[in-house]
Amino acid sequence: MRQGSMKWRYLKQGIFLWVVRIAALIIAAALGGILFFIFVNGIGAVDWTFLTEPPRDSMTAGGIMPAIIGTVYLTLGAVLVAMPLGVTSAVYLSEYARSGPAVRFIRIGINSLAGVPSVVFGLFGLSLFVVYLDFGSSILAGSLTLAILILPTIIGSAEEALKAVPQTFREASLALGVSKWQTVSRIVLPNALPGILTGSILGIGRAAGETAPIMFTAAAFFTTRLPGSVFDEVMALPYHIYVLATAGTRIEETRPLQYGTALVLIALVLGVDLAAIVIRSYIRRKKRW
Amino acid sequence: MTRSFREKLIRKAFFGFAAVSIIFLLLIILFLFREALPTFQFVSIGRFIFGMEWYPTYEPPEFGIWPLIVGSLVVTSFSTLIAVPLGVLSAIYISEIAPPAVKEILKPAIELLAGLPSVVLGFFGMVVLAPWLQDTFDLPTGLNIVNASIMLAVMAIPTISSISEDALYSVPREFKEASYALGATRHETIVKVIVPAALSGISTAVILGMARAIGETMVVLMVAGGAAAVPESIFDSVRPMPASIAAEMGEAPFRSNHYHALFATGVVLLVLTLAFNFIADYVSHKFRETGSATL
Repeated sequence: MRQGSMKWRYLKQGIFLWVVRIAALIIAAALGGILFFIFVNGIGAVDWTFLTEPPRDSMTAGGIMPAIIGTVYLTLGAVLVAMPLGVTSAVYLSEYARSGPAVRFIRIGINSLAGVPSVVFGLFGLSLFVVYLDFGSSILAGSLTLAILILPTIIGSAEEALKAVPQTFREASLALGVSKWQTVSRIVLPNALPGILTGSILGIGRAAGETAPIMFTAAAFFTTRLPGSVFDEVMALPYHIYVLATAGTRIEETRPLQYGTALVLIALVLGVDLAAIVIRSYIRRKKRW
Repeated sequence: MTRSFREKLIRKAFFGFAAVSIIFLLLIILFLFREALPTFQFVSIGRFIFGMEWYPTYEPPEFGIWPLIVGSLVVTSFSTLIAVPLGVLSAIYISEIAPPAVKEILKPAIELLAGLPSVVLGFFGMVVLAPWLQDTFDLPTGLNIVNASIMLAVMAIPTISSISEDALYSVPREFKEASYALGATRHETIVKVIVPAALSGISTAVILGMARAIGETMVVLMVAGGAAAVPESIFDSVRPMPASIAAEMGEAPFRSNHYHALFATGVVLLVLTLAFNFIADYVSHKFRETGSATL
């Protein structure tokens, strides 16, 4: 076959298309394989007792209830702090900011914050919240650390939601003599609210799955006691998996517990993510403008 | 209070909130350095970074993190070699080739892959990949560079794929149409027109994917094996910087030399990842395509 002939060009195209399809297939298979494997091995360990009882016999039996509760507390705390900060940041960037060095500076700050390694967040939380502010290893220290970690995610999606509100809405409001702040608070924000909530849900998923940031700031190896205040340590699902899989005395024996905990964590995180994705596509379809 | 004054005040208040991200970033740098600087009272910067021995608990202790830096760079490089082709090709598939129905499934699937907690990927590497590698290649341990690189690639692929896809998607339609009009095939259009036009976005994606891999903790903590030595083969164990910090911080006595040295390792890690991010930022601004008008 002559190079450059039509046949040759179509042959190259055919090969290329298959290479690309195979790449996409490998990724889909990796996701499917991991999920399937954890599900098949974990489902046997998960029952009502597993979800509602604390661990027994130095964590070789029993359930993971304290870890579930701990993760819920840490995550909700993080979102409660990060959401107001993230949404106000996004309102500034989308509604008030004019392009210039200040905005460019803020953007670099947000992007850099998004790039900080999770273990560095852990060190930072240890240094500032646990030691300097003397919160100790606690829900408060862990939640604040996670809040800063998810801030860029929340800013990003809130900004996207605000930008999706048509410019004509703002112009119509301003043309009626309404002030900028009233336009933002009564017209723009309500219309962007579903999108903003979606972003916050994604933040929840992110925070729930993180391990390194809470290792030194909040996570307890083992406690049967439920937290009484924000200054208590808690167990958390991701840290519990790590501890069982690496630090236990009977690692092989507790495999079913490890699979079970991993399954519960995945169900929690991906359930939350999936909910956000579904809500988002619903909003996109329902849009009145 | 007049209306215009109040509006100005509100504007200022929002600016204050937007600046919070920068304040947090500065706080992170400040509080990391606060605990890291005492390190250099007992070991020089040169010996700390280029020292070949990391024996923080020996007597006398050695605080050289060169093997940890090499460990981080090695697993990051290998994971990039795996993640870049898969990430970029999948982005091409999603943006240019996939039928809408497949796209509707594949895009959320990649988002879910990004959402998988890193501890779960580390766990998967431990219980599935490690025994398989050990049996297949007859190794003393399956917890090694290959394992860590594969699992890190899984983490980096969604970043690379979704940012590349955005870049490919924003290539102006006219480029494609002009190429077809000249008689180019679909393959030639993609490889010679669309991908080059999106190259700055794809480069940004690759750099951010690498930043993700170098900073990732749980995967390397669980599957890299933990040997603090410069590796000689891809089946050797390594101890990348995040793994060292996460594994040892729990045992290092408060404000001991070891504790400070781990913070200093954190500073090195932070500087490396921030450098990656700045390069990505620079590339995406410097070489940004501004549409057909630039031609």
